Amino acid sequence: MRVIIIIILACISIQAQSTGLNVPYTRHVLQNGLNVILHEDHSIPMVSLNMWYHVGSGYERQGRTGFAHLFEHLMFEGSGHVPEGQFDKLLEAAGGDNNGSTNTDRTNYWENVPSNALELALYLDSDRMGYLLDSMTPELVDGQRSVVKNERRQSYENRPYGLAWEIIYKNVYPAEHPYSWTTIGSMEDLSAASYEDVVNFFKTYYAPNNASLSIAGDINTAETIKLVEKWFGEIPRGKSIPQLQMPVVKAAEEKSIIHEDKVQLPRLYMVWVTPPTLTPGDAEMDALANIMAGGKNSRLYKRLVYDMQIAQDVSAFQDSKRFSSEFFIIATARSGHNLEEIKTVIQEEIDKLKKEPPTERELQRAVNQYEARFLDRLENIGGFGGKADLLNNYFYYTGNPDYFSEDLNRYKSLTVKDIQAMTQTYLKDNSRVILSIVPQGKRDLAIRAKEEVQ
Amino acid sequence: MKNSSILTGIILIVLYAHIFAQPDRSKVPAIPPAPELNLPAVQQFDLSNGLKVYFMEKHEVPLVQLNILVKTGSVNDPNEKSGIAGLMADMLDEGAAGKTALQIADEIDFLGAEISSGAGMHFSSVNLHTPLSKFDQALRILSQIVLTPDFPENELDRLKKERLTTILQWHDDPRSIASVAFSQLLFSKNHPYGRPSIGNEVSIRNISAADLKDFHNRYFKSNNAYVITVGDITKEKLTAALEESFGKWQKGDVPQVKLKEPEQVKNRIVYLIDKPGAPQSVLSMGRVGLPRLSKDYFPVSVMNTVLGGSFSSRLNQNLREQHGYTYGAFSSFGFRPLPGPFSAQASVQTEVTDSALIQFLKELNDISAEIPEQELSRAKNYLALGYPSNFQTVRDIAGQLAEIVQYSLPEDYFNEYIPSVNEVDAAKAIDAAKKYIVPDQMIIVVVGDRSKIEEGIRRLNLGEIKNLSVTDVLGAIPEVVQ
Repeated sequence: MRVIIIIILACISIQAQSTGLNVPYTRHVLQNGLNVILHEDHSIPMVSLNMWYHVGSGYERQGRTGFAHLFEHLMFEGSGHVPEGQFDKLLEAAGGDNNGSTNTDRTNYWENVPSNALELALYLDSDRMGYLLDSMTPELVDGQRSVVKNERRQSYENRPYGLAWEIIYKNVYPAEHPYSWTTIGSMEDLSAASYEDVVNFFKTYYAPNNASLSIAGDINTAETIKLVEKWFGEIPRGKSIPQLQMPVVKAAEEKSIIHEDKVQLPRLYMVWVTPPTLTPGDAEMDALANIMAGGKNSRLYKRLVYDMQIAQDVSAFQDSKRFSSEFFIIATARSGHNLEEIKTVIQEEIDKLKKEPPTERELQRAVNQYEARFLDRLENIGGFGGKADLLNNYFYYTGNPDYFSEDLNRYKSLTVKDIQAMTQTYLKDNSRVILSIVPQGKRDLAIRAKEEVQ
Repeated sequence: MKNSSILTGIILIVLYAHIFAQPDRSKVPAIPPAPELNLPAVQQFDLSNGLKVYFMEKHEVPLVQLNILVKTGSVNDPNEKSGIAGLMADMLDEGAAGKTALQIADEIDFLGAEISSGAGMHFSSVNLHTPLSKFDQALRILSQIVLTPDFPENELDRLKKERLTTILQWHDDPRSIASVAFSQLLFSKNHPYGRPSIGNEVSIRNISAADLKDFHNRYFKSNNAYVITVGDITKEKLTAALEESFGKWQKGDVPQVKLKEPEQVKNRIVYLIDKPGAPQSVLSMGRVGLPRLSKDYFPVSVMNTVLGGSFSSRLNQNLREQHGYTYGAFSSFGFRPLPGPFSAQASVQTEVTDSALIQFLKELNDISAEIPEQELSRAKNYLALGYPSNFQTVRDIAGQLAEIVQYSLPEDYFNEYIPSVNEVDAAKAIDAAKKYIVPDQMIIVVVGDRSKIEEGIRRLNLGEIKNLSVTDVLGAIPEVVQ
């Protein structure tokens, strides 16, 4: 006999009503520590299960880069009661789809199924949480090692400019900082990953008390929590999870790096370390990205691509993460132009924003676009970025699954002065990484380097 | 966290005491019958000028998707001006009704709306995605773009340079090279299906603003167009808004082009395109498939799901899961009014290029031999039971409606889909494989490091091998002068 304590939190947000953005949910905590978030949406007969394990490449150590992602692949290779290959086959036979992804901070998995197949998805997802190691073998690890190495070749090595990310992170963060490597990891470390590593990683991080399960769609909340309890309730709580101690990032210098690639056109990357996701400064950086490079009237697009036509493209974005984020500006020069020309314009626009705030219309245009995108977020039930995924996302980073309205209000309350202030604070000239990717033998097209890294 | 001040929470703490048996994991939980997909009806009506409207209400989120489809596309490009349909579609928002490109972009962005335009092979579309609260203003801008574009010379010049630079950048990317090469070698440059919709260096330079105006005048007529709307709006409100914005769109005679049937591949040819130093080889192999309205559509769809249309398909299981040659192997049929391409593809590690080709051909052969019942029913369920997931968003649904419009499918097609999939049996699926997957009559395009892979490929004796350079496929690198 078991006694289960279930806590239901029904949060009603006043702000949520005023913005029209609320995603009603109930939250339950199983005795083993698994957080469960349920949201009913009966618009189509589909359910999405979305599991976040609170571990990502940020939890890896030097010499084992890429491991969290390799492990993600192994979660689809069968478990104690589910033979290899059956995870996908059973879901497809029920009309379902599934996938997973790994980033620095978390690993997520989802199954989208017709609502009658909810229990199948619970069975499969609970079996791999409870019994993965019963069927794990060194051969399975080798198999997915080859697949992941090919993922690395396909998405990074055999793609123009594909190695930029690796070079950037290595230079933005100190070597002992786990944000200093990419989620895909290095070939060498992928080769070194062992079966024992898999066992240890699973035992340390893949426990119910380090996970949250969000289920959205055509469900009955009361019945669903019983089913969740049935399949997940028996999985024992794991040991408490070691807290991450992130090294301090003190990049008080400008690093300029040149990398030669098999490309025709040089591309410039400028990168700064910025505030963590959903903390003060993060929304400012999003809005700044839009003011810089969102749409034809944005400052950099208008000058570089539209007026001067010396760049083929320009983009700016805040890559929001748990411990620190990065702000990127990326531009590709047209034939006959070098990256110094591009950088001069970018620098002028940064300096201008430090001196004078953007116009009210520029900011309002950005905020209006964010507001509209929030409506889009309410449409997808499942998959990456669907409601089930976002409930988990907000829960992980803020403790409140229905943070939609608060998130939008971050943008709505911005002032032009905020944008100016954050540009001054974070887009410092003496604290950034500049990467020039140039055609082979064309280092003269690059930003003049102070320090060169291959 | 700043949530406590703006939240009022009702916290319920409930204690449950239940006796749960250990779940029985020895068998997979039984799955009850699938729920029905109950979609609102497709409403079809005409505006006073005859413009046809297809509409579905969807009230969960205050959004509206409104797509204008026009029956013209790159198949209507004159050979010497190939790329014109796409360029014309792209130029629509570069100046219209006397407003500049920047003014239009600012207005749309300020509304939080999105307008995108583009040309496919047979249809072009201009798509509006907008919050309901901005619908009227956004629709007005959409109608200006669609009906009264200005095609300014300076913007055309800018977009032409952008396209030429895109072609230049394709030279760097093995997947772009493989994709252009596959269509070109399968359909030939003489067929519109064989040409990239962007055009080529010479044809792009050939296109003038007068050409675009002419093309627009010829095809953008109300009797050659359709409006698709999905969203949080009623028929009355939509009709009134459309009458105001598109009610005066003129009819006109639209020239019809008669396209040649694509010629089928007669024997197997391997095209080897050299990309020195590439860590992977991009493989694309296939032949001419079948038209969308073929009676074989459903058997082919089910058969392809078994072969390479899902994660647990044979190609992916073999090349990825069993052999670890690739991150993923897939196959697909491109459905068009005339027979489109069948292709099977993967990026494989350079060292195993020949071994991967052997496994591809094994699966392409085996699919005609046998499809066990369990595998067949898995594929059918994947398509039929997974069908509702195609109807999550207003964009998704508008895309589904576009298929009905483009192929004049019955209005209750959404209800026919699942029974049609379920009718396919093993005999029909195998017949479809025999008819459309003919491994002896395929082109095989390989983009990779020739010095490392050619010998291995030759040893396989697959057929004639033709060596091509990237320039043979894409032409010389365009000179883009500022």
